[in-house]
Amino acid sequence: MTRPADFPPPYTPEEFVAAPSDPAEERIDVGVLIVGAGPAGLACAIRLGQLLEESPETAARFGDVPVAVLEKGKAVGSHLVSGAVVNPRALRRLFRDRARIEDMPFYGPVKHESVYFLTSRSALRIPTPPTMKNDGNYVASLSELSRWLSQQAEAGGAYILPETAAEKLLVDGGRVRGVRTGDKGRGRTAEPLANYEPGSDVTARVTVLAEGTQGHLTGVALQRFGLQGENPQVWALGVKEVWRVKEPLDRVIHTMGWPLRGGRRYREFGGSFIYPMGEDMVTVGLVVGLDYRDAELSVHDLLQELKTHKLVQRILDGGERIGWGAKTIPEGGFVAMPKRLHAPGLLLTGDGAGLVNVPALKGIHYAIESGRLAAETAFAALQRGRTAWTPGALASYDESLRSTFVWDDLKRVRNMRQAFGKGFWMGGAMAGAMTASFGKFPPGNAKTERDADQALFKTDRASRYPKPDGQLTFDKLSSVFLSGNKTRDDAPNHIRVEQRVPRELALMWERMCPAQVYEAKEGAEDGEVAVEVTPSNCVQCGAITAKGGRLLPPEGGSGPEYKLT
Amino acid sequence: MSTLVFLEHHGNELLKPSLGVLSKATTLDQDVSGVVLGSGVRGLAEQAGKFGAARVFVADRPELEAPLPQPRVDALAGLVRDREFDTVLFASSVLAADVAGGLAARLGAGLNWDLTDLVQQNGSLIGKRPALGDTVYVDVGWKDGPRLALIRPGTFDPQGVAETPSVEIEDLEPQFEDFSLAATMVEQAHAESEGPSIEDADVIVAGGRGLGAPENFKLVEELAQALGGAVAATRAVVDAGWYPYATQVGQTGKSVSPKLYIACGISGAIQHKVGMQGSGLIVAINKDPNAPIFEYSDLGVVGDLNDVVPKLTELVRQRKS
Amino acid sequence: MKIAVCVKHVPEQSKRIDPATKRLDRSGEGAINPFDVHAVEEALKLKEDRGGEVVVVSMGPAGAQDSVRKALAMGADSALLITDEAAAGSDLVATANVLAAALESEAPDLVLFGQQAGDSDGAVLWAAVADRLHRPVISQVANLSVADGKVRGKRQTEFGYDVIEAPIPAVLAVSDAINEPRYPSLKGIMGARSKPQRTVSLSELGLEGGVTGEAGSKTVVQALSDPPPRGDTVKIEDDGSAAEKIVEFLAERKLV
Repeated sequence: MTRPADFPPPYTPEEFVAAPSDPAEERIDVGVLIVGAGPAGLACAIRLGQLLEESPETAARFGDVPVAVLEKGKAVGSHLVSGAVVNPRALRRLFRDRARIEDMPFYGPVKHESVYFLTSRSALRIPTPPTMKNDGNYVASLSELSRWLSQQAEAGGAYILPETAAEKLLVDGGRVRGVRTGDKGRGRTAEPLANYEPGSDVTARVTVLAEGTQGHLTGVALQRFGLQGENPQVWALGVKEVWRVKEPLDRVIHTMGWPLRGGRRYREFGGSFIYPMGEDMVTVGLVVGLDYRDAELSVHDLLQELKTHKLVQRILDGGERIGWGAKTIPEGGFVAMPKRLHAPGLLLTGDGAGLVNVPALKGIHYAIESGRLAAETAFAALQRGRTAWTPGALASYDESLRSTFVWDDLKRVRNMRQAFGKGFWMGGAMAGAMTASFGKFPPGNAKTERDADQALFKTDRASRYPKPDGQLTFDKLSSVFLSGNKTRDDAPNHIRVEQRVPRELALMWERMCPAQVYEAKEGAEDGEVAVEVTPSNCVQCGAITAKGGRLLPPEGGSGPEYKLT
Repeated sequence: MSTLVFLEHHGNELLKPSLGVLSKATTLDQDVSGVVLGSGVRGLAEQAGKFGAARVFVADRPELEAPLPQPRVDALAGLVRDREFDTVLFASSVLAADVAGGLAARLGAGLNWDLTDLVQQNGSLIGKRPALGDTVYVDVGWKDGPRLALIRPGTFDPQGVAETPSVEIEDLEPQFEDFSLAATMVEQAHAESEGPSIEDADVIVAGGRGLGAPENFKLVEELAQALGGAVAATRAVVDAGWYPYATQVGQTGKSVSPKLYIACGISGAIQHKVGMQGSGLIVAINKDPNAPIFEYSDLGVVGDLNDVVPKLTELVRQRKS
Repeated sequence: MKIAVCVKHVPEQSKRIDPATKRLDRSGEGAINPFDVHAVEEALKLKEDRGGEVVVVSMGPAGAQDSVRKALAMGADSALLITDEAAAGSDLVATANVLAAALESEAPDLVLFGQQAGDSDGAVLWAAVADRLHRPVISQVANLSVADGKVRGKRQTEFGYDVIEAPIPAVLAVSDAINEPRYPSLKGIMGARSKPQRTVSLSELGLEGGVTGEAGSKTVVQALSDPPPRGDTVKIEDDGSAAEKIVEFLAERKLV
């Protein structure tokens, strides 16, 4: 039996911890450094701007650059993908009377919603589970919403610095001092090219990691400061498309069942979403837990198959695909969260901290709320007479998060995801019981296995994926093209995988990757084969990290350039 | 309508794309004039008659010897104003684009570029311009005259109309602006490529990065030779120094429209596509079945070009002998 | 030496033409025209060699600030953005009128353009601007040098390379083969915010309505249509007989 975890990548977190190395006068020194311009990081920057505006005397303590946000994507939003139906609660708390929901780039409130159980030929409408109700929530493109948030953050004085990857965590004397940014202009074998531009040390009083799913430095920090939770984190992979359509869609739709298989041995947990984006656009996506076992499973191809269902095809009929994206989602929930969300000089927020409510399919409002609270903690810690980097100085962050809806919500649904490892029907029944008992049933915390621990087998599932027709169904390469990915071919490889593995594992990676990064080369039928990696295709979804490899940040500014996802 | 066609020359010949535009113009307008600007070029005027020009204006001046745009703008501006031409057509080229751009500014005229067709619609002239990587065609027009247009080279084939044409030749005495004569040609270093130039070739065999190494261009050259065609290359391999720039097809190279285009080891990115999609028939050989070029090839072969191309060369040779 | 670089902010998002206005949809995010980055790089190199300053000039919607900022982050010293509702929908001559007015006020020694606009595929603007400014122009420049009050450019043409010389002040369009643009350093990105950036309207440039925008344009977009369909495509896998099949295919069409 092949388990991805038995073929670990050549990677150690220690490679990415360093002391500051630039001479002091060349370091870029900022007050609060935020890594990642997603909803968590930008909410943090916005709240800091508000607090500094109200308290100019504190602002002086933050230095010339009080707040900086590093973003590895070409622009804010370039690497963001989500459904998304957003609970506006955290945005209201963040902006109070400074901005109204109506001023934000939403595609309107959810008016109606339907949940279906699909078989290949039919769609059975089922009652909306209570956790999935979306009354009062709004449809958004996270990429678009974040661009708007970045404008607000910038107006509040934050420096937004795109095209900049945070590669190393700067740790000195047991405290986080900031990050070192990645080099640019290196060739395939890391040799400096003519336009080579070395990275810089960016030092800060407080560093807030808001890297989102599969955060690179978040993983490093968890290890370095021993913050891992009691259960390992697990992930799902979501692939979605945006379509321009002829007829408006009047509701948000979720589906369960087909094209996923219900049998327990498959461990195929997931479902689809179809959301209207105004009058003329629709987004459709499929999310599948990465603890699946069939080496032939491809979320991208399953999404293509889903679109051939008459329920979906009708919605897309006569339309045109205008966007595509893929991203992992942390699904371990409450029990997989780090045991602390702070370390000396460091705060963890959002998806990076595992703040996702799987049954509700929501995480953006938790990201925003955690970013807001991180800002308040950092601000308080930088008052006169306080030292932000002593152990425990930032502990009030965990306390404040525990007293909000974030904690209550996540605790209530804490074992939901794990239940589905028992198969769809059993899991569904348990999820119902958990919902009814507000998380009190079953007692205790279920144990999670790592996604990479699942033994693989191979079926002939792939033979039933639809052949791409270029109208309704598409292959992976045209999708990568649509993601706007223009990564140069000679960029260094930012993906670590074991390059000789059993055929089954190589095939699993090949199918799994929505961007056609991995290819199993020819070799003996049952022996080990070579894995060819095409890193320039990578859209940084993070699935490889869940399934036995390691994704590192690529050169700043490379990767997909999502706009509508 | 009174139409003037800018006839570009190189060496002692009028360029085929210019003559193609001239031929097209004669289908839109009864009375089409051509203009030849250069030094020692009077003899070229006769050639234009064969392709339907009723009248050819010639400015034969040393200031016009080098292929520089600004003195040509002066000459054309005077001519268009004096004779009240309402339409001036150019076959697009490095020189023609600069001349047309300068002339538009001088005359305050509308210029549409990259046209792949010109039609009369309800009494007005309409140009067709492919846009956004040729995913949409835009119909463009002019509010008033003079109407200036740059036509994508290779769009129209020259059509000979008369063996012994009766063409009226008129000499021009252009006035040059000081600033127009400020730029001077220091060195005209023409890289002469062997065989037919790719813009004039009926058959083109093109090589891309999929060839694997510069020496493999030999496969492409041999096939081109067997077919009596020219060799072209993609941006990637020209940049890499595998093949000379003069053979580059694509957005930043040449636009070609041969009857047959054989693409060997070319993935077919949009930058390449815009330079060759006007080809009559496209055959692609690539080992990557997902290469975008297959989407717009008439015949796509998924296979190793090291096997396919030499065999193909051999078969073509057999047929010819 | 003062070098002005003209940069265009080109839309990235939907890449569609709005059927109502028949203009390119510029509502989404944009970015600096990739060809113009080479012009910025070349200007910075000249400045590094010879001293002087680099000013970025752009005409476009307010969002063009992003493109201007990118050029400043690379190392340009200041920027002038001409943004005015009345300039929307400008064609070649209407655009040249505005840029020429702005460049006249800046009085640079050299004006650099990128060789092509990534959105409209236009490659004629410099010639029009040079004519308006009464300055010599060299286009498609793959190699550039300055000495003794003259600029020398090696130009790519259909026939090879020409070397052309012109007295300064002059207008040049550089090809993207001329250099490998630098990455902005993090310090550069952070410093870009505090560099002098002026935003001016048409009236501040002393321009009146009618010379630019739709009113000042002489070309019009009449309609949009789908590209002509290509014939069916045949795709085969080589099983050893592909060469024969190609020959057969060509023979049927009388191409061999």
